[in-house]
Amino acid sequence: MSLDSKIPQGDMDKKWTDYKGHVKLVNPTNKRKLEVIVVGTGLAGASAAASLGEMGYQVKAFCFQDSPRRAHSIAAQGGINAAKNYQNDGDSVFRLFYDTVKGGDYRAREANVHRLAEVSSAIIDQCVAQGVPFAREYGGLLSNRSFGGTQVQRTFYAAGQTGQQLLLGAYSALERQVALGNVTMYNRHEMLDIVKIDGKARGIIARNLVNGTLERHFGHAVLLCTGGYGNVFYLSTNAMGSNVTAAWKAHKQGAFFGNPCFTQIHPTCIPVSGDHQSKLTLMSESLRNDGRIWVPKKKNDTRKGVDIPEDERDYYLERRYPAFGNLVPRDVASRAAKERCDEGYGVGTTRMAVFLDFADAIKRYGKIEAGKQGLDHVDEATIIKMGKGVVEEKYGNLFEMYEKITGENPYEMPMRIYPAVHYTMGGLWVDYELKTTVDGLYALGEANFSDHGANRLGASALMQGLADGYFVIPYTLGNYLADEIRTASIPTDHPAFEETEKTVGDRINQLMNIKGKQTVESFHKRLGKIMWDKCGMARNAKGLEEAIVEIQTLKKEFWSDVKIPGEINEMNPELDKAGRVADFIELGELMCKDALDRNESCGGHFREESQTDEGEAKRDDDNFSYVSAWEYKGESNWQLNKEPLTFDIVKPTQRSYK
Amino acid sequence: MEHYNMNLTLKVWKQKNSKTKGSFETYQVKDISSEMSFLEMFDVLNEKLITEGKDPIAFDHDCREGICGMCSMYIDGRAHGPWTRNTVCQLHMRAFKDGDTIVVEPWRSAAFPVIKDLMVNRDSFDRIMQAGGFISVNTGNAVDANSLPIDKKDADAALDAASCIGCGACVAACKNSSAMLFVSAKVSQLALLPQGQPERESRVLNMVAQMDKEGFGNCTNTYACEAECPKGISVANIARLNREYLIAGFTTEQ
Repeated sequence: MSLDSKIPQGDMDKKWTDYKGHVKLVNPTNKRKLEVIVVGTGLAGASAAASLGEMGYQVKAFCFQDSPRRAHSIAAQGGINAAKNYQNDGDSVFRLFYDTVKGGDYRAREANVHRLAEVSSAIIDQCVAQGVPFAREYGGLLSNRSFGGTQVQRTFYAAGQTGQQLLLGAYSALERQVALGNVTMYNRHEMLDIVKIDGKARGIIARNLVNGTLERHFGHAVLLCTGGYGNVFYLSTNAMGSNVTAAWKAHKQGAFFGNPCFTQIHPTCIPVSGDHQSKLTLMSESLRNDGRIWVPKKKNDTRKGVDIPEDERDYYLERRYPAFGNLVPRDVASRAAKERCDEGYGVGTTRMAVFLDFADAIKRYGKIEAGKQGLDHVDEATIIKMGKGVVEEKYGNLFEMYEKITGENPYEMPMRIYPAVHYTMGGLWVDYELKTTVDGLYALGEANFSDHGANRLGASALMQGLADGYFVIPYTLGNYLADEIRTASIPTDHPAFEETEKTVGDRINQLMNIKGKQTVESFHKRLGKIMWDKCGMARNAKGLEEAIVEIQTLKKEFWSDVKIPGEINEMNPELDKAGRVADFIELGELMCKDALDRNESCGGHFREESQTDEGEAKRDDDNFSYVSAWEYKGESNWQLNKEPLTFDIVKPTQRSYK
Repeated sequence: MEHYNMNLTLKVWKQKNSKTKGSFETYQVKDISSEMSFLEMFDVLNEKLITEGKDPIAFDHDCREGICGMCSMYIDGRAHGPWTRNTVCQLHMRAFKDGDTIVVEPWRSAAFPVIKDLMVNRDSFDRIMQAGGFISVNTGNAVDANSLPIDKKDADAALDAASCIGCGACVAACKNSSAMLFVSAKVSQLALLPQGQPERESRVLNMVAQMDKEGFGNCTNTYACEAECPKGISVANIARLNREYLIAGFTTEQ
């Protein structure tokens, strides 16, 4: 099958405008007759469901949590980018576009990224109008900060809870549409398959998680806004419930999976403390604005951070990347931390951590504060006290969270951090209209592969989720639905619904009837270990080949020895988890296959075979300037389709942050 | 922080579904690390129960970083347990010592019926939001974000109110099962912002009416809600709600 990305003709900065000018429209009376299913209620899903409801479509929205407000977008801390140039520091749509393509290491589609940059400003306007309380300056205007990988201040934020505030904005818009009768909300429901009729997505089978019954829901189109699949690694910064199931079912029904191996490992997370660990917690990237990252110069140094004198510390990011220092992009910072720890310079009990130190920032801010207050001869202790006050105002909630988890006071001793799985750039392959390779099936937000290439810049995920939901899908969906106005709603006793429901039910029965010995959790942990060891921050052909075999073996073991307690027709979280882990196992295999195929290093994907003499990632544009779009052909069998990437504006160069 | 292990006795509320009666069950857990989170201790217990062929304990949780508002356990008589300004998922076992007995219940309120064990149904909060917890602005209606400056004081106060995670600890902590802290946080956030002015009066009246309809109790100013709120939402918001409600009652033409 040939892939048509449907990128409009014309100049880069005119494509979206031209598209909007010529796209098909659906008149209001017809909109009322068209039903749209939205799965997932994070930033992409909630904004899409609300916007489509406002337009007059009949929307049904689904989430597995007890309320749409719980979706994991809520946990994003740092901020959201927009090309407003409010700071007069030279920002523009072009700069945001350029930074995003470069930051993604030239593995994203230029036209999609340009559209994203174009609509970024309108997102901020929309959110402010909804009552999102962004940080403001004393003059009452919006405040900005800078984030890794850029040289302008374009990030809007709400303390350390930007994702929460943006999601609550979208959630309130969604609930308003529920009240108006335009959206029907299904909480505690999990989508377990797509229903296809004559090649088009026409609905879903969802399981009511409270009583276990399977439900059939028709839609003229289905939107998957189901987030990323970082939990394939078991330990990640994702929520416990985040899963790939909806996207994976779509994949098995014909939606191609794009760049599955592109995973973002975030550099600043709280390190693993023991085998009991269930998830990892992120410390916002904004901390790198003021914190300095270092390890001891001596190997296996067991002294406390504060006891190691200045000249025995190696500020390795500042040493290796003087131009960007501690603000290098995430992939670069993560790999550098791993390299130091692997070489034996790690700190803490597990030796798998580096220091993030605020001592200098505390002193610097203390001096500035003393200056502001006109104090001349101030002793060191007072300066430090004042500095701590400033740091608390900026990062107080993060420091508090760190102390709760580790029991250590980061104002007194440096934080210990280590990289952790955070975001997945890969996802369902979509064209310019966000449509997958299944007609009528769309993917929005982190669930699709499109805009971040091989590495996502900080504060761009929130931007993309809301761009897709508020400003892209309202146009592109109409282009499809305009041709569906003659399709009456299909009753759910149609054979396709019956068959799909039976397939879903059979699988659940099969899982319950295994009655083996090992828990779902134990399989998930083992999968995570294989993925982290062999398809994690550094990958090589031998390890990936081994991983594929190990995962296939694990899959057999899972399907013959998993133990699921309880019944089908009741609230049964273990059964829910079993279905998700079964899908993660299959996805894990595809990720390794994809990583094996891509014998180059780019962004977050580092193949040990492809590095410069200095150990930096070496891209191979001649052979790998394409999107990998994997087509499911049956068990452990995929066909690779390639969408070539061309760069008309941002010419690929070796990324340098030195 | 010194690391230590502990053995504990847990008394946990077990209830098959909303139709059956529940009761406490006692469990022993061994070698629990002080570095574990409270929910990780439950993970360990559940793994043990599953292996032994027993029914694991159902509980709500998702982000495990204190922001989604899903986790909801009433521990030793306190919503979210012994630490202040904290969610259960961020509570760590160093809060306990070897030999302790810990009692764990679900949120108790008529408006939050139990689904199973420690899981409750909080749809009533969504319905209160549907009654008016929004600003009516369709996508595409917005003016430039900086066209309307907002006093930093008001913006900061709005953010403080907006940091509510909707977990329901305020209701669980209140002897009357009042949802006033939750409702007042949303009313305050939107009343403090210029964008929230057009629907200011109808919002407070409708949200309070829905709150009453859901069966939440009245506020008698005990401030237990503020004391147990994981995000430190202030009862000053309740005072603001009362003012808003009074003014709206006097000035609307309904």
